[in-house]
Amino acid sequence: MRVPAAVSVNRDRLPDVGPATTFVFPAIAKSTLENGMRVWTVRHTQVPLVSFMLLVRRGSAADPAGKEGLAAMTADMLDEGSGGRSSIEMHEALARIGAQFDTDIGPDATLASVTALSRVADRALGLVADIVARPSLTEADFTRVRQLRLHRLTQLRDNPSAVADRIFMRMLYGSHPYGHTPTGTEPALRAMTIDDVRAFHAHDIRPSAATLVAVGDCEHEDIVRLARDAFAGWEGTSDEVPGEGMPLPDPPRLTIVPRRGAPQSELRIGHVAVARHTPDYHALIAGNMVLGGQFVSRMNLNLREHRGFTYGARTAFDFRRLAGPFALQVSVQTSATAEAIREAIGEIDGVRGSRPITSEELALGVAALTRGYARNFETAEQIARSVMQLALYDLPDDYFAEFVPRIEQVTPETAGRVLAQHIHPDHLATLIVGDLDAVAPGVRELGFGEPIVLAADTF
Amino acid sequence: MKLSFTKHTLANGLDVLLHEDHACPIVAVNLWYHVGSKNETPGRTGFAHLFEHLMFEGSQHHDRGYFQPLQGAGATLNGSTNADRTNYWEVVPSNALELALWMESDRMGFLLPALSEAKFTNQRDVVLNERRQNYENRPYGLAGMAMLSALFPPDHPYHWVTIGEIADLHAARLEDVHAFFRRYYHPANASLALAGDIDPEQALALVSAYFEPIEAAERVAPVVAHAALHGETRILLEDRVELPRLYMAWLTPAMFAEGDADLDLAADLLANGKTSRLYRRLVFEERIATDISASQNSREIGGFMQITATAAPGHALPELEAVIVEELAKVAAEGPTEDEIERGRVQAESQFVFRLQTVGGFGGKSDQLNAYNVFIGDPAYFDHDLERYCSVTADSLRRGVARWLDPANRVTLSVVPQNRIELAMPDSTPAVVS
Repeated sequence: MRVPAAVSVNRDRLPDVGPATTFVFPAIAKSTLENGMRVWTVRHTQVPLVSFMLLVRRGSAADPAGKEGLAAMTADMLDEGSGGRSSIEMHEALARIGAQFDTDIGPDATLASVTALSRVADRALGLVADIVARPSLTEADFTRVRQLRLHRLTQLRDNPSAVADRIFMRMLYGSHPYGHTPTGTEPALRAMTIDDVRAFHAHDIRPSAATLVAVGDCEHEDIVRLARDAFAGWEGTSDEVPGEGMPLPDPPRLTIVPRRGAPQSELRIGHVAVARHTPDYHALIAGNMVLGGQFVSRMNLNLREHRGFTYGARTAFDFRRLAGPFALQVSVQTSATAEAIREAIGEIDGVRGSRPITSEELALGVAALTRGYARNFETAEQIARSVMQLALYDLPDDYFAEFVPRIEQVTPETAGRVLAQHIHPDHLATLIVGDLDAVAPGVRELGFGEPIVLAADTF
Repeated sequence: MKLSFTKHTLANGLDVLLHEDHACPIVAVNLWYHVGSKNETPGRTGFAHLFEHLMFEGSQHHDRGYFQPLQGAGATLNGSTNADRTNYWEVVPSNALELALWMESDRMGFLLPALSEAKFTNQRDVVLNERRQNYENRPYGLAGMAMLSALFPPDHPYHWVTIGEIADLHAARLEDVHAFFRRYYHPANASLALAGDIDPEQALALVSAYFEPIEAAERVAPVVAHAALHGETRILLEDRVELPRLYMAWLTPAMFAEGDADLDLAADLLANGKTSRLYRRLVFEERIATDISASQNSREIGGFMQITATAAPGHALPELEAVIVEELAKVAAEGPTEDEIERGRVQAESQFVFRLQTVGGFGGKSDQLNAYNVFIGDPAYFDHDLERYCSVTADSLRRGVARWLDPANRVTLSVVPQNRIELAMPDSTPAVVS
C-alpha cells in the first residue's frame, strides 16, 4: 500500500488544481446496413447494460403546413402496438425484460431510446425495431391518442412556460418549419387522420434518415447482426426537410399574454440567430457562458444573486440544423418585470461591447466547459446521446477530441465579436406571460411602443 | 450486485464513505446533513431550505460565491433539501478533489463569519421566487401543500412542505441562521461520501486533514411524531386549471419499514405506466381520465401513498374515484397476478443496475451510500434494498394494500378550475394554503 502524502491545510488560499487528466473519447465503430440505416456502436463495459438510441432525422420541422403536430403524433403512435401485439402488450413485453423505453421529438429529429441489461439486448433491440419500423398505426389507437394529445394541449394553456415557448416560436418564425412546437396546434390535430400518420411514417420514418446508436457492454459485429435481423424489411428513403432560405417574420418588439393575478412574469427575450453548422459555434458557446450560460454568468448573477428577482436566469443559443433562436428564459416576480427586462437587455448590450468580456470571465467560462468535459461521457446513455449529436448535425468523428482545444482557442475579443455579430439588440423580441394590469404601465416605459396583447390559446 | 465501499468515522463523528471507480477521471463529493424541514417548527417553516441557499454564498476563508472556483475547475454542483435531509454535492475532475474538500469543509466549519444581512435578504427573495415559480404559478402547484396539511396534524413535521409558508419566510431572521447552523451543521450530524477516481488512502488523508479539525456539537435527537387518519377527509382547492384533478392519499409505512416495498410495487401495478390496472381502465378503456399515477412516498418517520388522476373533459371526479376504489378492493381481495409480481421483480433488478451507472449527482452512487448510511446506519444496504423488492409476494402485496389503503381512512383532494367548486367530490371543504 502506498503511504499517503502528508496534507497541509492552508485556509489562506484555495488549493491548486493538479494537471488535467487527459480523456480519450472511445472509438465509434460504424457500419451501414443494406437498407441505408447507419449502425454506430461504442463499447462501454462499466455496467452490464446497453443503451440504444434510434435517431430518425425528421422532427416537427417536417410537419406539412396545416398539419402541425403530425411528427409528434406519429412518434406517439409508434409504441401503440406492432404485429400481433397490442399497445398494452408491447409495454408488457418491455416491462418483462426490465427495459426503460422512451420516445422524444424535437424540431429536427425523432428519437426512440431503450436501456436494458446486456443479457436481454437482443430482445430490447427487437422491440425497438417493432416500434419504429413496424408500428400497427390503427384507427382506434389513433382516435384515443389524439384525444389525449388534445387534452394535453388544453392543459398547457395554464402552464406559463409552455404558453411562452409556443407563442415565442410563432412570433419568431411565423410559418417557417420552426414556427410551431412539436405539440402542434388544436385545429391541426383535430383535422388530422390516421392516414396522415401512416403517410408520415411511410415517407419520413425511413432507414435512409436513421442512425442506430448502441453503447454498452456489446460488440459491434453482434449489434450489426442483430440490427440487420430486427430491421429486415424496413426500406425506403425520405427527402430532406426544406426550410433553408424561407422568409422570417419581423416580430413585434413587445408582446404580452395576460395571466390575471400571476405572481411572476414568464419572460422570453430573443430572436432567430444561427444554425449548428456555424463556424462560430465554439466561440458562441464560450461567450454565452459569460452572458447567461452558467450559474456565475452575468445574467444570473445580476437578476438572481444581485437583485433577487428570480430563481434563475439563463440565455442560450438553441443550435439546430437550420438557424435556431437565441433567447433569455426567466420567470421574475411580477413587480420587477420592467426592471428585469431593462437589466437583461442591458446585459446583452454590455457583453456585445459596452462592457467587454474580460479575460478572467472568459477563462472561467472556458474552464467550466473544458475541465469537466470528461464527465459528459460517464454513462452509456450520455455517450449515446453525444454520439447521436454527430449523426444529427453531420459532425466529424474527431469532434469530441477537437472540442477542448477549439474552446481553448477562443479569445475575449473573438467571443465579443461573435456575440455582437449574432445578437442584435434592436431586433430582440420580448414576450411576457403575466399579469397585464400589473406589468403594462412599467413596460410601456421601455421604449418598445404599445405592447401587442395575445390570448394564451391564440395558437 | 454490489456497491462496494469502505467506511471510516473521524474523531469528531463525521462518517466518511469511500467508493472506488476509475472508469472516468472524476470524483463525486457528496455531503449529507441529517436535517430537513422535519426539524422545523410551526411558524418557522421553510428554514432548512432557505439555509441551504445560504451555503452557496461564501464562508470565512472564501467570502465570495461558492460556484466560481469549482466551476472554474470543471465541477458541476448542486444541493437540495427535503423533509428529512439536506445534501450538497460536487462532481469534480479527479485533480480538483482537494479544492472541493477545502470548499465543503470551509462552509461546514466557518460559515457564520461570512454571513451578512444582505446575503440573507437576497436569498430569501430568491426562495420566494422559487416558491412562486414552482408552486404558486404552476398548475396544480399548491396541491401538495393542501394534501400534507390534511394528512398530518399541525404539530407533525410532515404537515408542511419544505419550501415553507410565505409568512414564515418573511419572519425568518439572521439570528435564526446562527442557531440553526450550530445545532445541525456539524460533523456528528453529517455523512461524507466520495465516489470515483480516488486512491482511498490518499482521499481519507485529505478528508481527515480538512474535516477533523472541525468541532462536533451535540448529536441531534431523532424527531418523534405520530399521525393517524380517522375516517375520510374531503378537501378542495380552486386553481388556474382547465381540468379537475383527484388526489387520494393514505398514511403508510416509513422508508424501509415492513410494507414499504409492497406499496412501492403496488403503486406501479396500480397506476404507473401503460401496463398498470388503472391506466388500462381509466385512460385506455373507459377514457374518463387523461392521466393516472401513484407513488408510495416513504420518509424517515412515516410515509404516504398518493394516487392522482385528471378527469377527461365531460367526466366527473366521482366517476374516477369509483373506479379507483373498485380496483383497490380487487387487489386487496385477490392480490396481483404472478405475471405482475414477476414484472415488478425484473424491473426492480434492472432499476438497481441502472442506479450503478453514475458516481455523483442526485441519486448517484455517492448519494445512495449516504442515504443508506444516514437513514439506516448501513451503507451496505444496497443489496438488502434490492432484496426487499425481490421478496415481495402476491400475498404480501395483497396484505399491504388491504391494510394500508383503506378507502374509509384517507384524504381526498379535488383541484378544480376557479369558481367551479361544484366539480369537486361531494362534501369537500375548501383547503387553506399559505
